[in-house]
Amino acid sequence: MLPTPDTSHVSFDTIYEPSEDSYLFLDTLSSASESKWLSERFPENQEPSPLVVEVGTGSGVVLAFTAAQSQQIFGRRDILTLGTDVNRNACIATRKTATTAIQEEQQPSPQSVHISSLTADLCAPLRPGSVDVLLFNPPYVPTEDLPRLPSAAENDPAVSEAMSRSAKFDNDSYFLSLTYAGGADGMETTDRLLDAIPGVLSGRGVAYVLLCKQNRPDQVMERIRDWGGWQVETAGSSGMQAGWEKLVIVRIWRKDSS
Amino acid sequence: MKVITANFVTCAVKECKTSPASFPLHFHDAELEQQELDFQPEFIRNVLPRIDWEALRTISNELGFPTLPDSKPEGEALDNEQTLKDLHRLLLETHVTEGKLTCGNCGHSYMIKEGIANFLLPSHLV
Repeated sequence: MLPTPDTSHVSFDTIYEPSEDSYLFLDTLSSASESKWLSERFPENQEPSPLVVEVGTGSGVVLAFTAAQSQQIFGRRDILTLGTDVNRNACIATRKTATTAIQEEQQPSPQSVHISSLTADLCAPLRPGSVDVLLFNPPYVPTEDLPRLPSAAENDPAVSEAMSRSAKFDNDSYFLSLTYAGGADGMETTDRLLDAIPGVLSGRGVAYVLLCKQNRPDQVMERIRDWGGWQVETAGSSGMQAGWEKLVIVRIWRKDSS
Repeated sequence: MKVITANFVTCAVKECKTSPASFPLHFHDAELEQQELDFQPEFIRNVLPRIDWEALRTISNELGFPTLPDSKPEGEALDNEQTLKDLHRLLLETHVTEGKLTCGNCGHSYMIKEGIANFLLPSHLV
């Protein structure tokens, strides 16, 4: 089994701790079928370096794994990784998780390069058509309300350091809610990400998105097929419950990949 | 953030995406740090097709690097180790630790602190 990146440096006060869904991502990307698909999609001697972007990186465990195991996943080591998260602490954590995992797993070089972690809402700052591989483990739990997005000021380290104990507790709870609360059907954030996919993916681009049973994966896949010109398939699944898959990861890509 | 990041980001304001003035974002008051990374010529050759050369020339000037050639190195120029080393240094070894990135269309600035750029928008721009 390929090693899971070390996240022992991460404080889980405001950051999602790697869990079953995170591990399903690692297993899916490194499975024989997905690594074959990705290696054929991005052949080393014909295609320029792929840009792999994870949205909502949290601890960075998924993106770090993808970077550090790029030889197994893509059959090449010259990949670029970039992460976004609405929580600045998650960005700092991801940077360390990724650079450490690359150092440990890719000696001697060549090595993948983690180019940056950005505090951002989903793909908002990414240049249209620039992303080759998009990874998203969303806040997918159905909740009555969707937590609002944090402002730039709420991510100012000076502000959180000056907080009282009770204010820090409220602040931590709020940031943690952003890691799981998905609003109606658990789909409100995922729907916004899906809407952004056609704009942000490159022609050869592919997105992996995790869905839980309550998100109604079959209906989500139908909706994607209705975009026209796009394909979607189940790439990984886990946790059978009463005959249903609890979690699935779907692969989304353009029909005409020229 | 490594300098190459600027090749992949633009203004987070939706209306700016279609404006050519929103790319590249412009560095101001940038503090730089060099972090050594093994030189991998093949990596630079594979990354180069992804780079918008005009934008990189602009960025390179803003950060105070020597002026880049008029056009992107191709063919035999890619065998020139010094050319590749210079690009390796600029794109992958140079980090912007503090400063801001400003959109040439709407004028909004995104702050960079301790190497993390903040692209969350104030409520009036969302």
